[in-house]
Amino acid sequence: MLYLVVFFAIPSLIMVLASFRTPGEFGGLAPLYEEGRLDLNLDSYARFFEETIYARIFVKSVVYALVTTFCCLLLAYPLAALIARSSKRYRDLLLLLVILPFWSNFLIRIYAWMIILGPNAALARAVNGVLAWFGHEPVPLLFSAFAVLVCLVYVSLPFMVLPLYANLEKHDPALLEAAQDLGASAWQRFWRITFPLSLPGVYAGGALVFIPALGIFAIPDILGGPEDSLIGNVIKQQFLETRDWPFGSVLSIVLTVAALAIAGLAAWVARGNLATPSSARQARA
Amino acid sequence: MALLEIQNVTRRFGEFTAVDDVSIGIQAGEFFTLLGPSGCGKTTLLRTIAGFETPDSGRILLSGEDLAGRPPERRPMRMVFQSYALFPHMTVEGNVAFPLQMAKTPAGEISAKVAAALEDVRLQGFGKRYPHELSGGQKQRVAIGRALVTHPAVLLLDEPLAALDAKLREEMQIELINLQKEVGITFVYVTHDQTEALALSHRIAVMNNGRVEQLDEPSKIYGFPRTRFVADFIGHCNLFSGPVKARENGVVTLEVPALGPVRIETDSALPIGSAGTIALRPEKIRIDSGAPGQTPDNHWRGTVQELLYMGDVTVYKVGMPGGAQIEALLANSQSGRARFFEVGDPVEVSWAVGAGHFIAE
Repeated sequence: MLYLVVFFAIPSLIMVLASFRTPGEFGGLAPLYEEGRLDLNLDSYARFFEETIYARIFVKSVVYALVTTFCCLLLAYPLAALIARSSKRYRDLLLLLVILPFWSNFLIRIYAWMIILGPNAALARAVNGVLAWFGHEPVPLLFSAFAVLVCLVYVSLPFMVLPLYANLEKHDPALLEAAQDLGASAWQRFWRITFPLSLPGVYAGGALVFIPALGIFAIPDILGGPEDSLIGNVIKQQFLETRDWPFGSVLSIVLTVAALAIAGLAAWVARGNLATPSSARQARA
Repeated sequence: MALLEIQNVTRRFGEFTAVDDVSIGIQAGEFFTLLGPSGCGKTTLLRTIAGFETPDSGRILLSGEDLAGRPPERRPMRMVFQSYALFPHMTVEGNVAFPLQMAKTPAGEISAKVAAALEDVRLQGFGKRYPHELSGGQKQRVAIGRALVTHPAVLLLDEPLAALDAKLREEMQIELINLQKEVGITFVYVTHDQTEALALSHRIAVMNNGRVEQLDEPSKIYGFPRTRFVADFIGHCNLFSGPVKARENGVVTLEVPALGPVRIETDSALPIGSAGTIALRPEKIRIDSGAPGQTPDNHWRGTVQELLYMGDVTVYKVGMPGGAQIEALLANSQSGRARFFEVGDPVEVSWAVGAGHFIAE
C-alpha cells in the first residue's frame, strides 16, 4: 500500500497538478504562487483539444499498439502452446530462449534492427529484388512504420508468450481428449476449449503488450521516419525539448487515462463473456 | 457376432507390453468390465478401443467394421473419464450440448435432447450450473449424461467411481445398473475394484500383465477362478499349493506343505505328482470350538492368531501346527456380540471336499 502511494499516487498527483500550471518562461513550470494567487488554469487541456494534431497522433499510437498486440498474440500463441506441450526437458530450454533477449540492452536490440532492416542488408535487398520483379519501385524498410511495428512486436513478444504459456501449461489434457471423444475436430477443440480457457492469459498478455506499446518512444525515435512519431515521442519532446511541462503532463494524463480505460473495458468485456458463455453461444446459434 | 470385437490386440510402450494379444467379444447391450490391478493394461485397452491409442497389432471391429485409422472423434463411442473432464467454462447444459453441437444437431433439437439426457442422469434443474458448483457425484452424472446424449453404440467408462466416497459409490453403482438397463447401451467399464466389478457386470475380463486371465460371469469368476492370480485378486481366498498325491472318484488329494493332505473335488485330470492349487473362500470354512459332530473331509485343529471385527462378520486367522495360516469368516448373527473366539483360543477349522476350487498349474 505504502509502495503504491510512494511510487504511483504521489507522482501521479504531481503530474496532475503540473498539468494545470503555466509553463515557465525558460521551460519547466512557472511559480505556483504569483502575486498572491494560485496560478492554475486549463490552458494546456484546451490546447490538446484545439490542436487536432495531438489527438491524431494519439489515435495513431492506439492503432500501433493494437496492431502490435494483435501480431504478438498471433505469433505468441503457437509458440506458447508448443512450449506448454513439450516435455519438461525442452520446456525450460525454450522458456530460457524466450527471455534470452532481456539479457542484452533494450537500445542495443533496437539498433540491431537498424542493421537488419538497413538498405544494404540482405533483407532489404531480397524484398526489393522481389518487388523489382513485379516492376515496383524499391522501398526503404528502415525509418518506416513497418520498421517501428516489427520492432514493437519483437520487443513485446516475450510479454505475450510468458502469460500465455503460464495459462496453457495449466490446461488439463483430459479436456481435449474428452472434446475429441465427443466428436470435436482439431479446430473445434482449439476454438471451443483451448482458446476460451486461455482468455485470462490472452488478456494478461494483451495488457502487458498494449500498455507499454502505447507509451513507447525509443523505437519510433530510432527506427521510425518523421511521420512515425507516437504519443510517447511527443510527451518526451514536451518535457525534454520544448520544455512545456504542463502540456507534457496533459498528454501523459490522457495516455494514462486511455490505457486504464482500455484495460478496464477489456476486463469488463472479459468478465461479461466468462459469466455467460453458454447464453452467448446460444444467441449465436 | 459380437458388437465390439477385439482381436489379438497388442499395445507396447517401448519395451513394456501394456496389452498383450487380447481377444474379447463384447455383445450388444452388455455391461462388460475390464478388471485388474493398476498397470495391468485395462485402461490402455480402453483407450485403444476409444482410439486414443493405436494397437501395434490386432484389430478392433465395431459391428463388423474395422475401426483402424478412425480417430476418436469419428468413432461412435463415448468415454467417461476418471477425472470427469467437464469443460469448466461451460454450464452443465453447455457440456451436455457439446457433443450434439459437434454432431451438427439442428439447434432446435438440442435443448430437448439435453433435457432428456439430464433427466436420464437425474440432474433436472442443474442445467445452468457450472462444474465447479457441483459435487463429485453430480459431476459424474454430467459426464455420463454428456457421453450418453448422442446415443453412442458403446460407452467406455474409465474408473468413473474411483473418486467418490464409499457410500456414494454404492449409490452410483445401483444407478449405473439401472441406467444401463434403461438406455440399453453397451457399457465397457474399467475398474480395479473387484466388488464393483462383481456387482455391476454381466461379464468380467480379469486382466494381469496385459493379458486376460479369465473372462466369465461374476459368479464364475468368484466361484471358479481359473488361475491363482484371479483367485487371489477377487475377494479373499485361502490358497493351498502342492503336488497331487492321490486321486479317486473325482477327489484329488494335495500334499500341502506346512498343512498336510487336503482333499478337493475336481474333474481335473491332472496326473499324480503335478502341482495344483486349491482356492478356498473364507466364508466356506467352518470354524468351531471342536465339538464332536459331523466331521467334514478336511479338518484341522489350530489357534486363533488374529481377528478382524468387520461389523457384520468377523475374520479369524487361524494358525496351524504346521505353520500355515487359514482365514475363516463367521457372521456375527447375534447382535452385540463382537466375536465368538478370542486370540489364542483353540479352534477347529473344517470344510467339505466340494467347498474349494481346484486350479491346475
